[in-house]
Amino acid sequence: MTARTVLQAADITRALTRISHEILESNRGGSDLVILGIPTRGVELARRIAKILDGIEPGSGTVGSLDVTMYRDDLAGQPTRAPSPTQVPAGGIDGKTVVLVDDVLYSGRTIRAALDALGDHGRPKVVRLAVLVDRGHRELPIRADFVGKNLPTALDERIRVRLSETDGAEFVVIES
Amino acid sequence: MRHLLSTRELDRATAVGILDVAEDMADVADREIKKLPTLRGKTVVNLFFEDSTRTRTSFEVAAKRLSSDLVNFSAKGSSLSKGESLKDTAQTLAAMGADAVVIRHASSGAAQVLAQSNWIDAAIINAGDGTHEHPTQALLDAFTMRRRIHGRASRGHDLDGLRVTIVGDILHSRVARSNVWLLQALGASVHLVAPATLLPSELANWPVTVGYDLDEAIRQSPDAIMMLRIQAERMSAAYFPNAREYGRQWGLDDERLARLGPDTMVMHPGPMNRGLEISAGAADSSRSTVLEQVANGVSIRMAVLYLLLASETVA
Amino acid sequence: MSILVTAATLPDGTTTDLLVDDGVVVERGTGLSRKGATVIDASGLTTLPGLVDLHTHLREPGYEQSETVLTGSRAAASGGFTAVHAMANTSPVSDTAGVVEQVLALGERHGYVTVRPVGAVTVGLAGERLSEIGAMAQSRAAIRVFSDDGKCVSDALLMRRALEYVKTFGGVIAQHAQEPRLTEGAQMNEGVVSGELGLQGWPAVAEESIIARDVLLAQHVGARLHVCHVSTAGSVEVVRWAKARGIDVTAEVTPHHLLLTDELARSYDARYKVNPPLRTNEDVLALRAGLADGTIDIVATDHAPHPAETKECAWGEASFGMVGLESALSVVQASVVDSGQLEWADVARVLSSTPARIGQLAGYDAPFAVGSPANFTLYDAAARSVFAVDHLHGKGVNSPYLGTELPGRVVATVHNGYPTVLDGRLVDAETVAAGVRRG
Repeated sequence: MTARTVLQAADITRALTRISHEILESNRGGSDLVILGIPTRGVELARRIAKILDGIEPGSGTVGSLDVTMYRDDLAGQPTRAPSPTQVPAGGIDGKTVVLVDDVLYSGRTIRAALDALGDHGRPKVVRLAVLVDRGHRELPIRADFVGKNLPTALDERIRVRLSETDGAEFVVIES
Repeated sequence: MRHLLSTRELDRATAVGILDVAEDMADVADREIKKLPTLRGKTVVNLFFEDSTRTRTSFEVAAKRLSSDLVNFSAKGSSLSKGESLKDTAQTLAAMGADAVVIRHASSGAAQVLAQSNWIDAAIINAGDGTHEHPTQALLDAFTMRRRIHGRASRGHDLDGLRVTIVGDILHSRVARSNVWLLQALGASVHLVAPATLLPSELANWPVTVGYDLDEAIRQSPDAIMMLRIQAERMSAAYFPNAREYGRQWGLDDERLARLGPDTMVMHPGPMNRGLEISAGAADSSRSTVLEQVANGVSIRMAVLYLLLASETVA
Repeated sequence: MSILVTAATLPDGTTTDLLVDDGVVVERGTGLSRKGATVIDASGLTTLPGLVDLHTHLREPGYEQSETVLTGSRAAASGGFTAVHAMANTSPVSDTAGVVEQVLALGERHGYVTVRPVGAVTVGLAGERLSEIGAMAQSRAAIRVFSDDGKCVSDALLMRRALEYVKTFGGVIAQHAQEPRLTEGAQMNEGVVSGELGLQGWPAVAEESIIARDVLLAQHVGARLHVCHVSTAGSVEVVRWAKARGIDVTAEVTPHHLLLTDELARSYDARYKVNPPLRTNEDVLALRAGLADGTIDIVATDHAPHPAETKECAWGEASFGMVGLESALSVVQASVVDSGQLEWADVARVLSSTPARIGQLAGYDAPFAVGSPANFTLYDAAARSVFAVDHLHGKGVNSPYLGTELPGRVVATVHNGYPTVLDGRLVDAETVAAGVRRG
């Protein structure tokens, strides 16, 4: 097995900063914005984005988490997963611009489950998607609005995202 | 976990895992749309050879919140009351494609017999078998205790060091048996209080301490006191003289309630005999967890259904 | 017909050829021969006298879906038995001369074993009025053993009268010792396991108190008492005490109580549900010791066949009882012979001569002697096999040993001079019935 580092810690920080600016730009400011991370690492990325947003426009970094386990279409084929908590910010999501955040966009099935889960929590005005890495191979008509890095991969390659808060180290590698 | 037959088979990690999933399920109850699509296309059968509206309804709400199809197969007015055997019923349910069978039966071990048989391949959930076990009741009791202590930050916690006193008809109580094993797994210590007639003759293997005196047990200021329902027919079988004497010796009356610590949880699996094993004042006091227990029952049963049914792969 | 058994090792250890003619042993020695005789090579096998079961449920008349005299007799022969005592809890109950003569006749016609009916002590086993003990004793069936087995003669006065009355006809009361009030709704031995499983307990004292009462009654009226299926250490103590006082009591133990314990109930598998219930390991050890020191006189099977549906259900709904004829000798070997507590001569005593003496069954007092009826079984004690349904030859498959490895195999059984089992297989019914007619 070989591992190739494609993003270093500094690259990740730069990508998240750029995404934050793009979010503000597309939302025409920081009002009615809710950043929802998808567990596990999406939650941490969402927190960082919210922090950057708050730095640029104080009060704009409303953040939460959205667990999609109970909405997945692949539960049967895998060992039972323990769900993670969902935390919707106090103001809810009705009429808001919700930005879903995940670490890697691949088949699109996780995002499909997230859209279903979101519907059970309320009715946002707009839903956007931000990912750190888009590795291609979509199986559903889903695309990201904000992408840290596009990484064309082969099907047998694996993307590993490591963040200091959850993993004690910070990098993105491709393993093959 | 393939079936849930007894709390004896649950180790600490598994038990805490179930309680944690139940926390997520409890969150669903707070949403406007109290439904998850997780078990769409699965069929859950409530197979109740004994009447129990509370438990049956709790499983029914749990199954429906997870979007499974639910079939009630109850004793009254069906083939079950006409002497159809467990085997024939099980094979019928198997032919209908049941994915899980929630069974309540008057005979101890009925759920285990069903799980060991080759009559049906479904996940079996014991919803009370005779005087043996009632595992989801014990899980919801533990969940209730954990939430009283840790509130919303309950995830990951066990019940280490908690002191629980269980009072009443231990001999015939499936709730007591399931609680004893589960509380032990979660690190709590258990004290049993009952007249000698209502205790099993041999308790050497039980991880408990035993006493006859409720007042002495109250002096030890337990963290939780669980009052068991006393059945009227025990009187005629000479287990104790009459209701008045039982209430005086082993009932949680207002005077005993006053001597309990301010944070002592007062628990009862229901349905209660108010004025017999528990006074109205105790049942309705702020220390009483009775209604929380009912609400938490749905969350626990959702968690169990999810853990048994969501994956077809044995972990 | 003639049978020549070569190189038979008898229970006392001697080796001899045995020549059987017209139902009796006619010659012993070495190098025997007889033209036209069926020759059975017994070298390497243990030769035992025909086994006698004092406690069998043949279920006919009335419960033919469970067992018939024919199927139960075949089960008995395949286990090495040549005589069984058929318990009275049939329908109608064996409480009249008519019913016991019917059972006797069915046994004679099929011929696999000698069937000795047991008469009921009370009418309909109801425990209220004595049945016609005299008429049964004087009938063609010549009943000598009377029992309400399955139910206890719990009324102390009625038990006293029964013990006295049966003396008149030289019989014995075989008591099923079970205090009924202490065992209402009972499901298994009361102890550690019953408490954990939530199954209603069957206390040892319910058996011991009745045995204590009955030995004192027997002493008081000077009667003979037989105690069925002793199952607890305390019962062994009571019987030992009674014998030391010179009370005329005999006692039996079942093979399953010598091998199995109440721990098996943890499976909730109703095959382990039996009356009296399986007890603790301490009880098992006390029963083995009691059998070895003669406190317990005999082993009896309490063979109790049931239809499959009465065992394929929740424990509390299942019938009590297990089949035992086919496995008895193997279980006795596994529990007390292989452990060195009993020699084969002791096995011959507890499974043949003593039960025959208690049942007053003639022809078993001097087995293998020239002139004695030819009832014996050849047993391969070195064989081992996993006990399976094809080891069972009655209608019941409610054996607790299915799937368990057991020692021993019955190679041949000879009843009244004709074979019922040869080469480990049952002889067919027509051939056996023909043997009866010739005999």
